[in-house]
Amino acid sequence: MRYAKQHEIVVAWCLSAGALLVSLLVFGVFVACSGANPFAAYALMYRGGFGTWFSWQNTLQRVAPLILTALCTAIPAQLGLVIIGGEGALVLGGLAAVVMARHVPLGGPWLVQVAMALGGMVVGGLWILVAGALRHYRGVNETISSLLLTYIAIAGFHHLVEGPMRDPASLNKPSTAAIGEANMLGMLPRMDVHWGLLYGLLACVVMYVLMSRTVFGFAARIVGGNVRAAQLSGLPIGRLILTGCFLAGAAAGLAGMVEVAAVHGRANASLVVGYGYTGILVAFLARHQPLAIIPVALLLGGIGASGGLLQRRLGLPDAAVLVLQGILFVVILASEALRDRLQLIGRAAS
Amino acid sequence: MPYDRMLSRRALLRSAATTAAGLCAAALPVRAAGPTVVGFIYVGPRDDFGYNQAHAQGAAAVAKMAGVKVVEEEKVPETADVQKTMGSMITLDGATLLFPTSFGYFDPHILKVAPQYPKVTFLHAGGLYQEGKHPKNVGSYFGYIDEAQYLAGIVAGHTSRSGKLGFVAAKPIPQVLRNINAFTLWARVAKPQTTTQVIFTGDWALPVKEAEATNSLVDQGIDVITCHVDSPKVVMETCERRGIFCSGYHASQATLAPKGYLTGAEWNWEGVYTDFVKRFQAGEKLPNLVRGLPEGRHGQDVPLWDSSWRGGASAGRSSARTVDGGHVCHLQRTVAIQYRGHHDSGRRGVDAD
Repeated sequence: MRYAKQHEIVVAWCLSAGALLVSLLVFGVFVACSGANPFAAYALMYRGGFGTWFSWQNTLQRVAPLILTALCTAIPAQLGLVIIGGEGALVLGGLAAVVMARHVPLGGPWLVQVAMALGGMVVGGLWILVAGALRHYRGVNETISSLLLTYIAIAGFHHLVEGPMRDPASLNKPSTAAIGEANMLGMLPRMDVHWGLLYGLLACVVMYVLMSRTVFGFAARIVGGNVRAAQLSGLPIGRLILTGCFLAGAAAGLAGMVEVAAVHGRANASLVVGYGYTGILVAFLARHQPLAIIPVALLLGGIGASGGLLQRRLGLPDAAVLVLQGILFVVILASEALRDRLQLIGRAAS
Repeated sequence: MPYDRMLSRRALLRSAATTAAGLCAAALPVRAAGPTVVGFIYVGPRDDFGYNQAHAQGAAAVAKMAGVKVVEEEKVPETADVQKTMGSMITLDGATLLFPTSFGYFDPHILKVAPQYPKVTFLHAGGLYQEGKHPKNVGSYFGYIDEAQYLAGIVAGHTSRSGKLGFVAAKPIPQVLRNINAFTLWARVAKPQTTTQVIFTGDWALPVKEAEATNSLVDQGIDVITCHVDSPKVVMETCERRGIFCSGYHASQATLAPKGYLTGAEWNWEGVYTDFVKRFQAGEKLPNLVRGLPEGRHGQDVPLWDSSWRGGASAGRSSARTVDGGHVCHLQRTVAIQYRGHHDSGRRGVDAD
């Protein structure tokens, strides 16, 4: 049993590395067609993402929200649900964080930050819970419902931020009032990266422990693997699905709180930049494994960080980074088909 | 007087001179010797025929200057990403003068990065600088483009036959409202009963909503449309397809709507940026707050529509005088035809009176 598991992990890593290499090759062809030198592009991508200390900090800064929104897709995926509503939960979580900071009379900054985090997690969790409930009680496809709920959340967010919750002093850029300088998340010691990174890493580890070492996680994975077997075993499917969705939404809501508390200090349209959607990509690339999300988020963060250098030195359009992400996505999904074949071959050989 | 011949087609905004209000001449750091690296950061694509293209045209003018190297980055969102972009341009490219051009870059991003690099100058397009409150190596510049929009309103008022104008706007913020008001109020100078129907799409770059809004405005019988969104491309092209007139914004969209493009309120960042960089290279102190008014010429003179286009004889010359802040503007109603002979293009036409 242990040997098979190690074998599977090795195959999975080799396939991922191979897929990455193939994606880079295809991207190199694209770069060459755009009139630039592919090897210069590779060098710049390394330099911009991981080459200097500044680049590392740039990458790590981008990793923080990605990890949390990736968890929003990864956890329900282990339950067999495909939820892509991280963006909606993120914006509502950010808004809830601002509300908690401004309207909950509490003591020092620590308490306010805890309250903001709780507020963000609860509101985000409830939002994705709606998608889960619709799926369990009414059979509504959770992918579609979570996506449409995202649009509703963003529309509601804009309405509130530009209407009832608008700070009258924010004229040309409608925002809520600030949460206060004292309540903001600071930077990690000696780094230009905020504490949100640690929140994300902690959330990943907690989710890993939850999904692979607890009864709840075990039951959830049974539901994800074979719902019929779970029903026959008498597992409480509804409760598992709803809890899983709540946890997923809580992660995305926390991402929203981190964006507000660490970067902006208030909620405005700059929260709606697509972290939720990139998180979907990260979750799929990591095959929905909480711990694997960290290196994948690092990779995508590095790609995003190097996009600037590609633009400035090679004159490539900003969309070049999106092209690479798309190629990566397609190649890794295609490699899924290879994985089963390779495992069969491996078993036949041993 | 440059105005009493013909009204210019493109109302350019020349912001070379400073205004009376809000000019502070604080000291900004002097750059070191060597090729000056100037960085430009855009929130959208460089070729959006709108806000970002206007700045990119300014950057292109700067790139032609001697001893200057320009680095540009487009589609940088208004999040912590722009902080890293600015840091990257300074540390990896050696930039000493940065132009982050989007409004939302100022607070908190520029304010966070500027103290970390006190030898670098950050000039922001938005007019938000406050003396004493913001770091000394930060500066602001902007222009009263609603002044140009009022001229466009006069043109639109004269052109519109139905007396109904349309405005596709992004968000109801003060800058946008000034443009709408300027456009409408001065269109009423040409035609007192003019109304402007405004549709707010909700965000700065929503092409589908902008197209829908334009179509719905045209369906209401509106025959001149202008807009205030980041990229007027969609609105102009939709107007052209529907066969009505349009007035541009930010940059020239004349090539997108060859038949229906009347005029536009455009930025002339080329003049502003080359002026800034020249002064920066010479080691001069750059002002911390610059706001420009239209002054001097309004660019290339292009004639208006001819009332004989509708088959009638010309109604004789009449001129309206408008006075604004010392500028006197004579408008001629009847001038040579612009349409290159397409009299019967089916377009709703010019006022005959």
